[in-house]
Amino acid sequence: MLTSIKTNQFEGNKSKELAMMYFRVALILFGAQLLFGLIAAFQFIFPGFLFEVLDFSVARTVHINALVVWMLYAMIGSVYFLMPDETGVETVNIGLGKLAFWVLTAAVTVVVLVFLLIQVGSGTESSIWLINEGREYLEAPRWADIGIVVVVLIFYWNVFATFMKAKVKTGIMTVMVANLMALAGLYLAGMFFTDNISMDQYWWWWVIHLWVEATWEVFVGALAAYALIKLIGAKREIVEMWLWIEVLMLFGSGILGLGHHYFWIGTPEYWWEIGALFSALEPVPLVAMFVHVLYDWGKEQGAAHAKGEVGSVMKNGPAMAWIVLNAFGNFLGAGIWGFFHTLPQVNIYTHGTQFTAAHGHLAFFGAYATILVGMMYIGIQYAYGIKVMKATFKSKMGVFLIAFGVMGMTIALTIAGYEQVLIERAELGGGWNAFFTAQEMPWYIQAQLWRAIMGVVTFVGFIYLVWDMLTIGKAQASQLENAAVVA
Amino acid sequence: MANKNVSVWSSIPFWRRSAAWVTGFASILLVWLTFDSVGQITMGTDADIQKGVTKRVPAPTVINYKIGYKMSAKRGHEVPTIGEKELFFGKEWSPKEAAALLHLGKLTSQSKNCMDCHTLLGNGAYYAPDLTKAWIDPAWQNGGPLQGMTGKNTEEEAMAEFLQHPSQYSTHARMMPNLGITADEAKGLVAFLKHMSSIDTNGFPRNFSKTVETFKAGGSHAH
Repeated sequence: MLTSIKTNQFEGNKSKELAMMYFRVALILFGAQLLFGLIAAFQFIFPGFLFEVLDFSVARTVHINALVVWMLYAMIGSVYFLMPDETGVETVNIGLGKLAFWVLTAAVTVVVLVFLLIQVGSGTESSIWLINEGREYLEAPRWADIGIVVVVLIFYWNVFATFMKAKVKTGIMTVMVANLMALAGLYLAGMFFTDNISMDQYWWWWVIHLWVEATWEVFVGALAAYALIKLIGAKREIVEMWLWIEVLMLFGSGILGLGHHYFWIGTPEYWWEIGALFSALEPVPLVAMFVHVLYDWGKEQGAAHAKGEVGSVMKNGPAMAWIVLNAFGNFLGAGIWGFFHTLPQVNIYTHGTQFTAAHGHLAFFGAYATILVGMMYIGIQYAYGIKVMKATFKSKMGVFLIAFGVMGMTIALTIAGYEQVLIERAELGGGWNAFFTAQEMPWYIQAQLWRAIMGVVTFVGFIYLVWDMLTIGKAQASQLENAAVVA
Repeated sequence: MANKNVSVWSSIPFWRRSAAWVTGFASILLVWLTFDSVGQITMGTDADIQKGVTKRVPAPTVINYKIGYKMSAKRGHEVPTIGEKELFFGKEWSPKEAAALLHLGKLTSQSKNCMDCHTLLGNGAYYAPDLTKAWIDPAWQNGGPLQGMTGKNTEEEAMAEFLQHPSQYSTHARMMPNLGITADEAKGLVAFLKHMSSIDTNGFPRNFSKTVETFKAGGSHAH
């Protein structure tokens, strides 16, 4: 993948070349996310580990910000990748796109270095502007917020102008353009300071929830639609009809599902009913997406067999594996694990416990990490001009160990959360001592130990994934050449 | 899809229009509810407190009063109560002073990144105790082990002392690191915590008042 950019095997498509640049940084940041996650996991077991050097808060800040940023990189990359196919025209301003890439990458580097080396500031406005905004997921200081907005505007202008030039406006691209505008605009809701913590969190959730439970999900729907056409030759008419149904259901449930974050932050009681009803509906489109992917796969395979073709219709084994995993993981992590604690009657005990962390891990992985990794494999296939890319042993180890590791972490955290809910919240009613009593229960400690072990498994899987991405293209491209020579 | 006889259920234009209408309707409803919610969570004034007008998020001068957490039979969960006046760091704070102190506290809470270990209103990280009602945690109040540990005579001074030198007071193997919090910033943070404990969180965390009762009955889990 790294060499593919240097060897310039892109058949002249600059938009896809730019996409690969984004994918490359995304993969590095994915690694950083896992590494700092491991540090934080070890600190639960050995509290003295890196104490007052790289504290839990620092490790976790990098862990969750690397997550968000690698996903944004991979999302931008995916859009640059699919745009030439969906619009039939070349992306209007690649030069500006590249400039935005370098500006963003430089800014991300500075922000990470400041998080690691300066860590915290004094209680002044300038700390929030220069060091750390101190709001979970939106820790990036204000100067970086503004930089992100500028970069995103350049990106969006590129997408919008290219879309307008296209002769045929596909459904996938229409959804993409409308959804990206909402996604980018929502970021502005997180860019102000208030002394009122309730008001702070009200708007903070507009960014976090309306990203991950609305606009990001629609983004995934559009990506999956593109990938199905690309990977198994699914019919555009069917895929795009499903996409509109998904948009309807995702926004229909997800927008007002925001209410499930407004149960306990000072907001009125009516959010109990609104949040419960709409967030309980949120799994429905995720089930639909899962069914849709498997149905289309089976249908195309059946049609191919009926025509007398042999073998699989899949044009990219590893990408398809990750996309099927996405369909299932999204439903399981975001749908089931989200539904577990979305009703206020349950949430009053689970809110702010490891239950949330369990859901967070499986949902971010299942809904987003999977499909974005799938897009990277599609990118590699294209970069090396491979017609049918087959999964290698390394691709299989990557997908298996990562999925197994994340699922293991999720189960361990769910058990830890269960312990916490019953002991800290239900039995002892919260408070300093209730918290530590629960944290020191043997079963809780055991669960944290398993989480760390499964974190290591995930990391080993990641090493296989990177190894595979660095080698699969070259190996299969040279096999193709050899085959051509023999023929 | 040009064929007119095709069912509406497999018609792309039908689903596209439906998606647009549903999204538009949900968005309008959210914006409308937001106007109401933002109105309800806007901070009250000092006059509201003096007149006994209940606000979901009271004015910063709430730091001049005793804060409680009582079961409300009507609402079916605990609600914060604003009691009689009490001194805060040995004085009564004017509306302007209280607002400035809360401002400093909120800024400090963000610049020290409290939320990546603790939860505030239940949101944040799960490495350290939830701070929503930390102010009314009996462990910090008179006779409580945390207050006793710092050697201070009032809750606010005990909390401020701990915040400035957290790693000197190791209650557990998992400790709070020294974040370079100054004496003024610590005062601000305590004001921020006291103010937060007065926010009406619809009964979250449930049973927190039970902690208080258990403690008063001598059955605390404090060691």
